[in-house]
Amino acid sequence: MTAGEPHRAIEAIFRIERARLIAGLARVVRNFDLAEELAQDALVIALSEWPRTGVPANPGAWLMTAAKRRAIDAIRRDKMRERKHEEIAREKDGAFDGARGSELWAIEAAMDDDLGDELLGLIFTACHPILSPDARAALTLRVIGGLTTDEIARAFLSSEATIAQRIVRAKKTIGKAGLTFEAPRGPERAARLPSVLEVIYLIFNEGYAATAGEDLVRPSLCLEAQRLGRMLTGLMPEDAEVFGLLALMEIQASRLKARIGPDGALLTLNEQNRARWDQLMIRRGLEALARAEALGGDGPYVLQAALAACHARARSAAETDWPRIAALYDRLRAVAPSPVVDLNRAVAYSMAFGPEAGLKLIDEIADAAALRNYAPLPAARGDFLFRAGRPAEARCEFEAAARLTRNARERAFLLARADACD
Amino acid sequence: MRVMVFVKATEDSEKGIRPTPETAEMFEAMGRFNEELRNAGVLLTADGLKPSSQAKRIAFDGPGRRVIDGPFAETRELVAGFWLWEVKDMDEAVAWVKRCPNPMPGPSEIEIRPLYEMADFQEFLTPEAAEIHDRTREKLSRT
Repeated sequence: MTAGEPHRAIEAIFRIERARLIAGLARVVRNFDLAEELAQDALVIALSEWPRTGVPANPGAWLMTAAKRRAIDAIRRDKMRERKHEEIAREKDGAFDGARGSELWAIEAAMDDDLGDELLGLIFTACHPILSPDARAALTLRVIGGLTTDEIARAFLSSEATIAQRIVRAKKTIGKAGLTFEAPRGPERAARLPSVLEVIYLIFNEGYAATAGEDLVRPSLCLEAQRLGRMLTGLMPEDAEVFGLLALMEIQASRLKARIGPDGALLTLNEQNRARWDQLMIRRGLEALARAEALGGDGPYVLQAALAACHARARSAAETDWPRIAALYDRLRAVAPSPVVDLNRAVAYSMAFGPEAGLKLIDEIADAAALRNYAPLPAARGDFLFRAGRPAEARCEFEAAARLTRNARERAFLLARADACD
Repeated sequence: MRVMVFVKATEDSEKGIRPTPETAEMFEAMGRFNEELRNAGVLLTADGLKPSSQAKRIAFDGPGRRVIDGPFAETRELVAGFWLWEVKDMDEAVAWVKRCPNPMPGPSEIEIRPLYEMADFQEFLTPEAAEIHDRTREKLSRT
């Protein structure tokens, strides 16, 4: 390949290889900081050699070899020091533990042993349930996404010091727990997968919750989460929920440009201009969903993706397949029950089978503690009552909802609906 | 950022796919490359295009519409295939293209074109729209 490669080009290659490099190193040295340091050392070596020699044919393998050589040097130095101590000890009591000498050999052998799922191991370690979801998200963006601490801080609207500290603590926790940096297998993998998916979805929502200015002031977390989701489908091609999460994110991301109204406020699905939905993302989402369903998926992410797909397939709000949405909420309620799912289910029933069906369901959940003071509950009930021809009762509900919401635009909307009840 | 990556046509690609051992080998290598792109979360979509002998052009001139049948002469200006990628910057796109196997038996060229994004329309934003953007930015920085 070409010699005289500028530093920027080498750094771009390094960015592509970085996560895999750290993953391979972490599995051997079992230490995040050391793995990151060794990867950085490899970059420094590449920056000094590649401009002269050209980029090697397999830059990933080259970087890994360079980093491993540094690792072995470091371990040898440690061993030498240890041996000196041992010699002193032997002189003292005449005993020597011969097994120690073979340890270096074992580490060198492990260095050459490529399991191919190091990256998956790194993801599962960074997303380990012993860490808080926020810590997992920061660590994942740092070591897998390759974002700088400053970029993560800006994305989470937090200070660099806070994020740096969060990452340091997370690494310490992982070190103390003696995690192996290996991907769990069998039933343990299934048990730990939700904590991985949760983090990726948290990163996505952190980006999705932001409004119009997002692209101007934040590195796009949605893109980062989608990238992670796509990586994970490559690493776990047999898992339905992994494809379900990807499908959910791709379909939601298809609406990113359509979600913001001219006054900068978020628009509901009904209000969005569907011509602005990104059909490429919808297609990718539907493909991922088809794969999830072919794998027999029936978990919460697959079902949420199927719900999102119902809206994505409808060319206009009126064409929405509400009976199918109602049926999906029945299933979602079975696998991931929550008061909000119950409320959305009532709305779906009202759209599919009429306002009375919605009223019947909403009255069953009206006392749920989690929905007390939750504006969407009286707002939905008001809508059902209005459509059922009971405007006086509807008015009370809209007014109650208007009192509960903290969003000025939503309050104006609800009061307008209350006024329309005369 | 999204980039469209074009594989430019050559005399060979204009002849269509022929079942030679070299073609099979190239397809295999390209398959591995695509898998690498997919696993890195970079690949959004990709396709190969049939030779321009099967193409049509529609020439516009005022209200006039004239259909021109392929093949077209200026081979090196034609496109033989494309990818759509999501990358962090052009450097990353270049790094990926460099590790692509040569898509043609002889010398060939691949071209990277970034897609327009919201930010590119900044200058064209109306004052009202710009104000909304500023307001949102302000809101975000205060949160």
